[in-house]
Amino acid sequence: MRRLSIPLRALLITVLAIGGTFGLDPFRNYQLATAAACFAAVAGLTVLVGLTGQLSLGHAVLMASGGYGFAFAASAATGPAILVLAAGLLGAVAVSGLLGLLLGLAAARLRGPYLAGLTLALVIALPSAANTLPIGGDQGLRAPFLPVPEALTALIAVEQWHAWLAIIVAALAVTPLVMLRSGRAGLRMRAVLDDETASRLSGVDPGSVKTGAFVASAVPAGLGGAILAIATQQVAPGGYGLAFSLLLVVAAVVGGLGSIGGAAIGSVLVVFFPWVVDELVAAAPTDLGQRLDGNLAVLVFGAVIVAVTVLWPGGAARLLDRFLAARPRRFATPATNTER
Amino acid sequence: MTALACHDLTVGYGDGAPVIDGLTLELGQGDVVALLGANGAGKTTLLRALTGLVPTRSGRVELGGRELARLSTEERVRRGLALVPEGRSVVVELTVDENLRLGGLWRHKHKARKAAVEEMYALFEPLARRRDAAGHTLSGGERQMLALARALLARPDVLLLDEPSLGLAPQVTAQLLGVLRESAARTGLTVLLAEQNVTSALSVAARGVVLSLGSVVADRSAPELAADPALRHAYLGF
Amino acid sequence: MDRFVFLFSAGLARGAVLALFALSLVIVWRAARVVNFAQAALAVAAVYAAFAVTAATGSYSAGLAAGLASGALLGALAERGLMRRLGANAPLPGIIVAIGLVMVVQAGLAIGFGPEHRPMHPPFSQRPFVIGGVPVLSPYDLFTLIAAGVVMGGLALLFNRSSLGLQMRAAAFAPETARLLGVRVSRMVTLGWTLAVAAASLAALLLVPNELGLNPHAADLLFVNAFAVAVIGGLDSPAGALIAGIGVGLLGSLVTGYVSASASPLAVLALLTLVLLVRPGGLFAAKEARTA
Repeated sequence: MRRLSIPLRALLITVLAIGGTFGLDPFRNYQLATAAACFAAVAGLTVLVGLTGQLSLGHAVLMASGGYGFAFAASAATGPAILVLAAGLLGAVAVSGLLGLLLGLAAARLRGPYLAGLTLALVIALPSAANTLPIGGDQGLRAPFLPVPEALTALIAVEQWHAWLAIIVAALAVTPLVMLRSGRAGLRMRAVLDDETASRLSGVDPGSVKTGAFVASAVPAGLGGAILAIATQQVAPGGYGLAFSLLLVVAAVVGGLGSIGGAAIGSVLVVFFPWVVDELVAAAPTDLGQRLDGNLAVLVFGAVIVAVTVLWPGGAARLLDRFLAARPRRFATPATNTER
Repeated sequence: MTALACHDLTVGYGDGAPVIDGLTLELGQGDVVALLGANGAGKTTLLRALTGLVPTRSGRVELGGRELARLSTEERVRRGLALVPEGRSVVVELTVDENLRLGGLWRHKHKARKAAVEEMYALFEPLARRRDAAGHTLSGGERQMLALARALLARPDVLLLDEPSLGLAPQVTAQLLGVLRESAARTGLTVLLAEQNVTSALSVAARGVVLSLGSVVADRSAPELAADPALRHAYLGF
Repeated sequence: MDRFVFLFSAGLARGAVLALFALSLVIVWRAARVVNFAQAALAVAAVYAAFAVTAATGSYSAGLAAGLASGALLGALAERGLMRRLGANAPLPGIIVAIGLVMVVQAGLAIGFGPEHRPMHPPFSQRPFVIGGVPVLSPYDLFTLIAAGVVMGGLALLFNRSSLGLQMRAAAFAPETARLLGVRVSRMVTLGWTLAVAAASLAALLLVPNELGLNPHAADLLFVNAFAVAVIGGLDSPAGALIAGIGVGLLGSLVTGYVSASASPLAVLALLTLVLLVRPGGLFAAKEARTA
């Protein structure tokens, strides 16, 4: 019953979100597309951290890999826009999945801090990689522009069309993840998180579960990168630095590790909050404004994730659950006791 | 004079049923008391609660008449209460010598510490031969010996021992308990010895306390206990 | 050959700074089983203090002392104020709180002092000595090597030869046993953080004059490389941090000199991946405990 209802629920939410775009101006729709991209990546990250206890600081690189995959494949494809889009998404899935597999193979052998270190080094190495590999250096690659279909030109602007695409791609990225999590694979992941030895003794191989979890987490992140490539028509290493990678972690923590709904809240927060703060700061005197610009939001985010982790380990998802009355929590958010 | 006492002590984990339930126990200065009971009777929990490793729900613990409840484990130790926990309490990353010195750091100044360490080497011959060996290379018997030596080094007033015979050959157990009995007799050390191995515990102790489900069910002299078949069958399983 | 000698000696000085920073990470790891992702941010905050004192007094050594003192203070505060409040045996909250701390400290510094790069003048010349026509170390490189070497030697003596060090090691390896022996474990953990952040501050202080200038992100790359070094060496191993630090410093210098500056992070990533695939616990890892 619940298995069936997941795609239906996803469809409902997608339709609602698309309907919601009519209430937004073009810039808000662009921001919505960005938030959808973050949502796909944060959903992948939160499932990885919450269910297997592996912290990746490199999800921005996985997003970038998806963006590059999209740009390459979509530029190579010819034909109607729908074909270009499909080719691009396949490219994104392939490249991010492959990178996720490589990282996952490493992750299967590494404990918490070692994996965090490897993924951190990966983020720092991205600009070097962009300059060394044939992927356009600091300028990055251009992704093809996907215009509004003719039937809709009278109805919506290009930003809104891109928001639609973003919502649909995010839904395609996250829905399988939710189904995976509530199925057998999710059970295996939680078993490995709780006790690797015990799960090994019950016939669950922790190595392949961790590798699989990493791939399952990388593909949505890659699709998130594809969304950004659609919305901005380019992929460049500068957009996927350490600061962005940490923002994804912030979104996952604030939302509540392991919670998809929390990932959505967290993603909207990390996209809109800095913008709101910058708007407010613009009103401050020039000198002070210059100093606060961009920094105040980071300061607040930092303070928030410290506070959430120390005082409120469940994040926004727990808060939401409180509001939705005493509904039993199906997915515990193990912020503690993850690895030893 | 009372060396160690607890009154109405209640201890539990989480919100489960109490493991130690309103327990009262007094040890006189220089007493050697065996703490007996089957698996799960609460022996280890009692010792850990006395040293502050497990928080108590209610009740008092007094060492030499002074209340301990507010003190952390390390402060209780520095007031003369020592615990040799069950199993592997040797710091395996440190050498035998470092483990021993560690035991006396708060008690002795530099020179006195050296003398105290040498004294322990004299008492436990096998350790002297392995001073510079890393802890993880020691056998089970050597580890237990080291843990006991390390506790004695700090000249505690009260020594709590948790299952020192666990996993050891009978001969090694006898040797360890022999040293313990001599030290206690020589220094007036008060000892609470938790054991499942009733015979060897009663051979050292003058008095035995039997725990069952977190309460004292018998508190007699050692010979009386050893001679009471009903009690043995009921609580000690032999 | 001349070029090699120059790059080698420059790499040695870089490696010493890396090793010192990596050692500071190892100290925190051993004391608290946490990788302090905020080490660089705290260290840079201490460098700002050093910079302010040097600017006010004109004395480099006064600034150095102020930097070390504020590093020590920040380390103690971070441990007492934040890290202590997290449950034991859970690295994830520790990492996340440290990341939050990084964001707060770096953004706070940028707001307080402005985002611009402030040039920091070294106490000694950065022009290399020329021996037999070959440029080798500069006086400042030499100062860096000596300062890092003295501090690392001092820390090694403290940990391996003193009673305090014995207590710190025992508290790190077996906290419960250490408490049962009267070791005040929580003080040892705080002391570990204090020493570590002070050492990290020295590393950052030595590094900054060689870089573009002081800014809130001045030690980010140092942290990432030092973390890679600590992981390569095995997080538990001070000797591993030293050896891997020198090794990575040399590698970075040689790759920068012979290939390109932008290839250097890739080389470090490649080395890190290789080491982790062959020995997941680092080169000098202690044996893993049995699980089954």
